[in-house]
Amino acid sequence: MIEVNPILIFFAAIFTSNMIFSNFLGMCSFIAVSKEIPTAIGLGISVTMVMTATTILNYMVYWTILVPFNLEYLMYIIFILVIAAFVQLLEMVLERYLPTLYYSLGIFLPLITVNCAILGVSLFMVTRSYDFMQTVGYSIGSGLGWALAITAMAGIRSKLNEKSIPEGLRGTPITLVITGIMALAFIGFSGMVQIQ
Amino acid sequence: MNTIITTIIVVSCITAVLAALLTISSRTIGNYGEVVLTINDDKEYVVNGGSSLLDTLRSERIFIPSACGGKGSCGYCKVKVIEGGGPVLATEKPLLTKEELEDSVRLSCQCKVKQNIKISIPEELFNVREYSAVVERTEQLTPTIKLLRFNFGNEEISFKPGQYIQLKAPAYEGNDEEVYRAYSIASSVTDKHAVELLIGYTGGIATTYVHHHLKEGDDVHVNGPYGDFYYHEDDGPIILAGAGTGMAPIMSILQFMADNNINRKVLFFFGARTMKDLFLLDKIKGFEEKLNDFKFVPTLSREESEEWHGEKGRVPAAIDKYIEKGENYSAYLCGSPAMIDSIVQALLLKDIPSEKIYYDKF
Ligand code: FES
Repeated sequence: MIEVNPILIFFAAIFTSNMIFSNFLGMCSFIAVSKEIPTAIGLGISVTMVMTATTILNYMVYWTILVPFNLEYLMYIIFILVIAAFVQLLEMVLERYLPTLYYSLGIFLPLITVNCAILGVSLFMVTRSYDFMQTVGYSIGSGLGWALAITAMAGIRSKLNEKSIPEGLRGTPITLVITGIMALAFIGFSGMVQIQ
Repeated sequence: MNTIITTIIVVSCITAVLAALLTISSRTIGNYGEVVLTINDDKEYVVNGGSSLLDTLRSERIFIPSACGGKGSCGYCKVKVIEGGGPVLATEKPLLTKEELEDSVRLSCQCKVKQNIKISIPEELFNVREYSAVVERTEQLTPTIKLLRFNFGNEEISFKPGQYIQLKAPAYEGNDEEVYRAYSIASSVTDKHAVELLIGYTGGIATTYVHHHLKEGDDVHVNGPYGDFYYHEDDGPIILAGAGTGMAPIMSILQFMADNNINRKVLFFFGARTMKDLFLLDKIKGFEEKLNDFKFVPTLSREESEEWHGEKGRVPAAIDKYIEKGENYSAYLCGSPAMIDSIVQALLLKDIPSEKIYYDKF
């Protein structure tokens, strides 16, 4: 286990080890849903919520069930199960009790089940053997980092709409190019803290 | 050995717990109890809340057209929700026009029934049923177009000449998705125990199913009839125009006119590329005998052969040549959007009022 303050991990997860820019995880929805700022923010918030909750759940499942039975190798499958079930549950609860939130975020929830950034955070927390508080900091930070990345990208893309872009680069290609450039920019933060 | 057993037990336990949790919550949180669904102000149904409007209606045996199976991508399942539909979802917006949004039209596959709800649907939809049928006959009419006859056995279908049904294409090798596609009925309305369809091969999911997998004797599932493209009573002369499988509804209309001794003057423009793309010519010949003023004008755009004495070029040009201005025409068109748009332009130039131009774009 590495001795890093959870708060430091929190910030590192946003800037130096951003899910998108340093791990390139969760790209699918990052590219598909980053056309407009409001939707990007919506998805960003949902991802943060789900990421935090599922990582904590997975932490408990991992340390209380998988480790005692020596079944660490099952973590992939179990983590996915937990994430899928949690998202379903969350969808039901939101739909029933917080309809307004559901109508703005609800459609993103199914998208999130298959977002690999969510699974990624759960797996990293294991491979980096974080303790509970570090896990909490890391998951919230990763979620916010992902939200930050997609919101920034949506901002850039909405500006890009008015520009004339060569035919073959429009849409996904230019988004990937921009992601690359943004990742380079984020490298500027790297080395400030080491969390892995 | 031990590891295997513990693995199985642990995985099963975790899955069971999660499944139980979800089942309990869908019974409690996801249960909206019984709600009242009111259709067109006069019919009331008590239904279980919680599913989509499309599924709820289906469970009451009311079928709304839907081609994507409720995924929110085809936009066929539009229904007017007067009360109790909740806010319009982001998944619906791309498929609804501004007028439809103002008119509280919703996608019934996305809109959930959670409280008492009032909707209005065209009366015809109550007529829509689901049929299982047997492929009685298939015939290759041109290299790409097939005629299929589906027999309903004892069941009856009643439709208006020009309407369409939806055919279910099940999953098959190379396609794991179940889809519904719309095809106009080419047979007569008096032929109540069967329908005939003309299906052209496009490489799509449903046409691949029909052309490469479906054989005589197979079972198929269809539902219908649907559509507001059908023959309207009137006394003026009538223009029919179509291309390719757009022949289908026109055949049904012609058959209807022949069966009912309707004496309107009829001009049928059929667009195709070459002589090889013409089909069902015998049947059309038959109409020339049965109807007292019927003229078939096949118009070929790419025929070079000397043998062809008919019209050449595009249908709008032929219309320009054959149609007099100022007569009380009505027109029925069935074909691709581009073709219909160009024909409508030509008809408007002939002073045919747009409300007398009926069309079915596919
Ligand atoms: S069924 Fe296709 S959009 Fe609703």
